[in-house]
Amino acid sequence: MLQQDIAQAAAKVTNKGLRRRLRLGERVIEGWIFLAGMLAIVVLLGIIFILLKEGLPIFANTPPWEFFFGTHWYPVSDPPTFGIAAFFVSTLWVTLISTAVAVPLGVACAAYLSEVAPSKVSETIKPIIEILAGIPSVMMGFIGLALLSPFVQSLFHLNTGLCGLTAAIMLSMMSLPIIVSVSEDAMHAVPKEFKEASYALGATKWETIWHVCIPSALSGITAAIMLGVGRAIGETMTVLMVAGGALAVPASPTDPMTTMTSAIASGIGNAVRGGLQYQALFAVGLILFILTLAVNIIAERVLERQKRKFAR
Amino acid sequence: MNIKLNVPDISARPTDKCVTKLKAERVNLYYGSFQCLRNITLDIPSCSITAIIGPSGCGKSSLLRLFNRMNDLIHGVRVEGNVELDGTPIYDPKIDVAELRKRVGMVFQKPNPFPMSVFENVAYGPKRHGIKSRGELEEIVEKSLRHAALWDEVKDKLSQSGLSISGGQQQRLCIARVLAVEPEVILMDEPCSALDPVATLKIEDLMRSLAEDYTIIIVTHNMQQAARVSDTAAFMMMEPDRAGVLVEYGPTAQLFTNPKDKRTEDYITGRFG
Amino acid sequence: MTRTVLNSRKITQRTAFTFLGLATVITVTPVLFIIIYTITKGAGAITWDFLIQFPSQAGREGGILPAIIGTFYLMIGTLVFALPIGVLAGIYLTEYARDNWLTRLINLAIVNLAGVPSIVFGLFGLSVFVLTFHFGLSLLAASLTLAAQALAMVITTSREAILAVPREFREGSLAIGVTKWQTVRHIVLPQAMPGIITGAVLAISRAAGETAPILVVGAAFLLPKLPQSPLDQFMALPYYLYTVATQVPNMPEGTIWGIALVLLIVVLSFDVLAAAIRIKTRQRK
Repeated sequence: MLQQDIAQAAAKVTNKGLRRRLRLGERVIEGWIFLAGMLAIVVLLGIIFILLKEGLPIFANTPPWEFFFGTHWYPVSDPPTFGIAAFFVSTLWVTLISTAVAVPLGVACAAYLSEVAPSKVSETIKPIIEILAGIPSVMMGFIGLALLSPFVQSLFHLNTGLCGLTAAIMLSMMSLPIIVSVSEDAMHAVPKEFKEASYALGATKWETIWHVCIPSALSGITAAIMLGVGRAIGETMTVLMVAGGALAVPASPTDPMTTMTSAIASGIGNAVRGGLQYQALFAVGLILFILTLAVNIIAERVLERQKRKFAR
Repeated sequence: MNIKLNVPDISARPTDKCVTKLKAERVNLYYGSFQCLRNITLDIPSCSITAIIGPSGCGKSSLLRLFNRMNDLIHGVRVEGNVELDGTPIYDPKIDVAELRKRVGMVFQKPNPFPMSVFENVAYGPKRHGIKSRGELEEIVEKSLRHAALWDEVKDKLSQSGLSISGGQQQRLCIARVLAVEPEVILMDEPCSALDPVATLKIEDLMRSLAEDYTIIIVTHNMQQAARVSDTAAFMMMEPDRAGVLVEYGPTAQLFTNPKDKRTEDYITGRFG
Repeated sequence: MTRTVLNSRKITQRTAFTFLGLATVITVTPVLFIIIYTITKGAGAITWDFLIQFPSQAGREGGILPAIIGTFYLMIGTLVFALPIGVLAGIYLTEYARDNWLTRLINLAIVNLAGVPSIVFGLFGLSVFVLTFHFGLSLLAASLTLAAQALAMVITTSREAILAVPREFREGSLAIGVTKWQTVRHIVLPQAMPGIITGAVLAISRAAGETAPILVVGAAFLLPKLPQSPLDQFMALPYYLYTVATQVPNMPEGTIWGIALVLLIVVLSFDVLAAAIRIKTRQRK
């Protein structure tokens, strides 16, 4: 009994070592880690705040209705008018055409790479498509300017090859990599059992792709399309360089255009801080931000659902 | 089943050394809403080997990880009741978990040497705990590797990757890594389940020799192993709601030859599990 | 009867596969064409003098040294701001963050940050760094803007790299009384390093090619000297290419293609480097 007591007393002495230690250096580092973790939120909220703060005041000058639907953008007239309908319609045209070109191509390419091509072929092709994603947009703009626009001009007998269509074709190339890679992932995620079941019923490979793979991967493909659309809406340099830069509301894809992004890029250099044009361009930025945010959130939702569908 | 027993010669053990090292009192452990352990009470004596046995999924590992608070790493874990090391409650908010784990080291099911040299593997702990002198580190590494019965096999390849040696050697390296920080208790979570029989025997011999100086708790699904190496044994089972309970706890010899509980008897005679 | 059905199905399949293959060819050909064309048109312009001289005659003669140096500074600047913060944020998300609303909010912010158009980052940088912080149209403002844009990507790649470090290593370290931060510092980070570097290299490759944000926060077309401090204005390759291609009349065609080729080489060589690191680490494992 006495020995027990002695042992316990000895134990108590050593147990002082169990007291929580301060480790100040680590607390400081962990504080930084936490702050860094928060920074993504800070930047996103910062962007929203700045766009609202600098952009909303324009509506005191130009009512939202006139701003969105006005067809005249004369920032330096007296009095200036700010109507962004032309930019909005241009963005719409360019995005629609580039999506219409890129989606079938991209999905077909993804189907070929994931289901048809021997793995050696697809392993060679995939890095090439990745290179496409790495080519800077200013470079694509230059290519459009130097090579594609003369071609488009002569093909459609236009006054200038710098038009919405040329920009849209360049943009479709730029959104192809993301469409291909996300669609391919989606088709890869289709469980093998589905395909095997289809083969077991005597379906050919093509029938399996068409009736099993593509429908099963549909939500992933939708996400890919949304991401491609987001890219096309937000792309600036290519459009700035090849879309032509006309300020009128375009009537056809072969008209020269100014999209929302290129309006900001070409106008911001001349805008005075806090001036009406500055505010108007930030308001355009705000709309752009909301559009791409919406597209991204849809894509994310759809991808989540796709993941859950095949999760087990 | 023919189990060869290593009946511990209790009388040969110095009683003054054999105090209660770890103690759990009415412990409940929850992962979120799922109760993993129910009403566990047991005293672990120092300088001996305690085996925790039972069917898989009954919470053996969770009980083991209770003693060095490794369960804390799982999100949503909650512990009720009291767990003490040398009379100090270890779930007290004032406790330094790192200090606790330094004194209650752990060896895992799968050998997990770090992707660095054998030497660095053993020196890693002491370095982190502030030992910088090369000479001192070399001394600790040699001592720990000798203690883990690995020195003779690796003394010429201390600079080779810890991942390049055999599985059994890797596990002993992990034991040496624990010994290097001079713990008082070593927790072993099925340390031999990934090893071949020869390597297993080596680890068992090592455990017996370590029991002279350390308190060892081992989780094992292998009842022969429990019978061979342990002094005390705890038999756990799952209740219908999958919560683990302690069915019987006592000297190994008694638990295996003369179990008090019918369920223990059923299990060790192989009627289920 | 059965046979003809089978045959027609086979023909359908063959036609369909031809179309899929054609789509792939249409996707891949422009890439190869762009690269090969740029090399053949631009290689002639690239001489040693072209790389080490200042431009003259509004870029029609001389070289592109200040644009190369400016882009180099931008890459460094982006890395200096984005890498440490991105890695720390990656550590937070993998090692410290609990599964709660805050973490979900962070992840949501990262996903959406990645989709924000680059021109909007330009507006953000203009308002915050150039005007509010009074950094002016400077290297510092541009680096911070590009870093803000690169942040999402660096966080994502760091997080993936850190997540890929097996749990066993962390447990082995924690189980001998090593603290969480020490475990991260000495076990997790060294293991995750190749992945983190890959992400960083990709991020600076993108920073090198990015034009819209620096157009807004003040890259200069021509400057008489190299930037002496982070608060100086700067030239940059992509902006220089944009200006000579669209604003300078009678610009020799070969020179523009030469600038384009240099830009392409800078950007793609970093992409190749990232791919090489990735392949090498995969082999080692």
